[in-house]
Amino acid sequence: MITDRVPSFGAAQTDVPRGRRTARRALARPSLPALVGLVLALGVFAAHDPAMLTWGGMATVLDSAALLGIGGVAVALLLIAGQFDLSIGVVAVASSLVTALLVGNAGWSVWPALLASLAAALAVGVVNGVLVVNTGLPSFLVTLSTYLILQGTAQAGTHALAGSARVAGLDDAPGWASAAAVFGATHQVGEGRFRVSLLWWVGVTALGAWVLWRTRFGNAVFASGGARRAAHELGVPVRRTTVALFCLTATAGWLLGTLSLVRLGGVQATTPGLISAVDFIVVAVIGGCLLTGGFGSIIGASLGALLYAVSREGIALAGWDQRWFQALLGVLLLMALLANGQVRRRLKAVPRS
Amino acid sequence: MNTVVRPEGTAARPPLLELRRLTVRYGNVDALSRLNATFAAGEITCVLGENGSGKSTLVSVLSGLQRHDDGQLLLAGEPVRFRSPRQARTAGIATVWQDLAVAPLLSVWRNFFLGAEPTLGAWPLRRLDLDTARAVTVRSMARVGVPGVDPDAPASALQAGERQSLAIARALHFGARALVLDEPTTPMTMARQTLFGQAVLAARAQGLAIVLVTNNPRYAHLIGDRFLLLAGGQVAGNLTRDDVDADMLTALMAGGEELSTLTATLTALHPELGDR
Repeated sequence: MITDRVPSFGAAQTDVPRGRRTARRALARPSLPALVGLVLALGVFAAHDPAMLTWGGMATVLDSAALLGIGGVAVALLLIAGQFDLSIGVVAVASSLVTALLVGNAGWSVWPALLASLAAALAVGVVNGVLVVNTGLPSFLVTLSTYLILQGTAQAGTHALAGSARVAGLDDAPGWASAAAVFGATHQVGEGRFRVSLLWWVGVTALGAWVLWRTRFGNAVFASGGARRAAHELGVPVRRTTVALFCLTATAGWLLGTLSLVRLGGVQATTPGLISAVDFIVVAVIGGCLLTGGFGSIIGASLGALLYAVSREGIALAGWDQRWFQALLGVLLLMALLANGQVRRRLKAVPRS
Repeated sequence: MNTVVRPEGTAARPPLLELRRLTVRYGNVDALSRLNATFAAGEITCVLGENGSGKSTLVSVLSGLQRHDDGQLLLAGEPVRFRSPRQARTAGIATVWQDLAVAPLLSVWRNFFLGAEPTLGAWPLRRLDLDTARAVTVRSMARVGVPGVDPDAPASALQAGERQSLAIARALHFGARALVLDEPTTPMTMARQTLFGQAVLAARAQGLAIVLVTNNPRYAHLIGDRFLLLAGGQVAGNLTRDDVDADMLTALMAGGEELSTLTATLTALHPELGDR
């Protein structure tokens, strides 16, 4: 039989020593650049000003990392599936405005209002997803339109309904106490106040990583981004997966909005700006997601959020001009892009011959 | 349609795949025109023809990407009309595309099970059965002649021939009855050809009906049992291994339409060539 005689050209790789194989795998991990960057940044800023390593400093860093991380994880999943979402920041503001208006102006109690705003956020996600899937338009542009529409509607609508751009004084609404416990609890350690958003962030990261690596849905996410046509030919529900992911980022937006609504006891219809949406993408890319899709890491996105927060708070603590932060962020992003390119090349290389 | 009474009686099994006067039109052009052909189980049928002869359209119809406009496509004697690649796959027709349907950055086992992953547990905790997936992948790859695959390596680390083996192993594992292979247009090295041929023969040994679309008549003659020659969307020849040798097959393919068209065009432009 032919099968017996023919040399097999794939067998050589079994000879590679185990240690080298592990090292090669570690180098191919998408989250590696973010981890290295994080350790470097922590070292530099902690050496410059040890205040960052006190309870107070850690609480500040982790607090700003938590909000970025929740959005970053959702955006990372979407990026891995090969899509963008610019509307997540404005969904956060708009959904908390819906909650605030329902509670403050219509007299609803807090939990039904939260459910209603979640439904509204999901509706935005479905519209984004269905538009992208059915028209084949770039999601970047579709969600840019959603962003503009929501932003305008939120600002004009709040002004018309509430008379000002600010809705406040929700603390005495029925159900506020329990909502505050779920979304706004804090825990004092030393001089640092740790917020419950930290737990939400950890939970979202763990769930996201598990779903991505250990479920069918995760496999569909990878395949939708990496080989859309192949996935379709093999019967992977690419369209359904994409719409579900847009719903996921909208839900993350709602969670972000709710967390800050409960924290502040009110909401201001300010401009969240495109910056906040770009921040999430930056965080995901620093965490190792390829903009072309098909590859990335949830843990990496969370590490990216941490790196972002450490850099921002580190600059503040060091007493430097805050405006340097954007420059630093640009450098970080550039380095992450180069590192991702390296990882990708390593993966694409054919070392086994 | 009236039921056709076969002269050989009902005892004889119908061929696994049969085309009866199958026609596919793109606008006014017939890409396939009243094509009659059969593909039997345990046989490798090579489909040969020039670009535009209807080979790709035939692959599209068999794999469910394209619906036929007229005539019949019979699977084990039953007329079928696929509306999606998924339907064709469920019916047991696996297709290995030129692009191989492989996600390059995903690991080998994720590619192997893409769209049909084995799972453990009930819904909220339903998770991938990693150990089974890895073990089955390694075993199936070994069965088509690629032993010792690292299931966690990215598919991009596989060589082109091994990627085809992956696609064929996938088809075998998921119980395909027919295998449609669209050979890559890029030239393959000897090693890749070997792997590819090995996988195809393994599939034939499993009793699959194999439709191999190829541009290489010598290679086709090496592993094929029967040869279906297409030209202009019609059958130009339906030969068995006993009818032709490799040289004749090459001549039939290369010396046919293309060369005569070329000669005609060149002679029209440069009359002096006609003297040669």
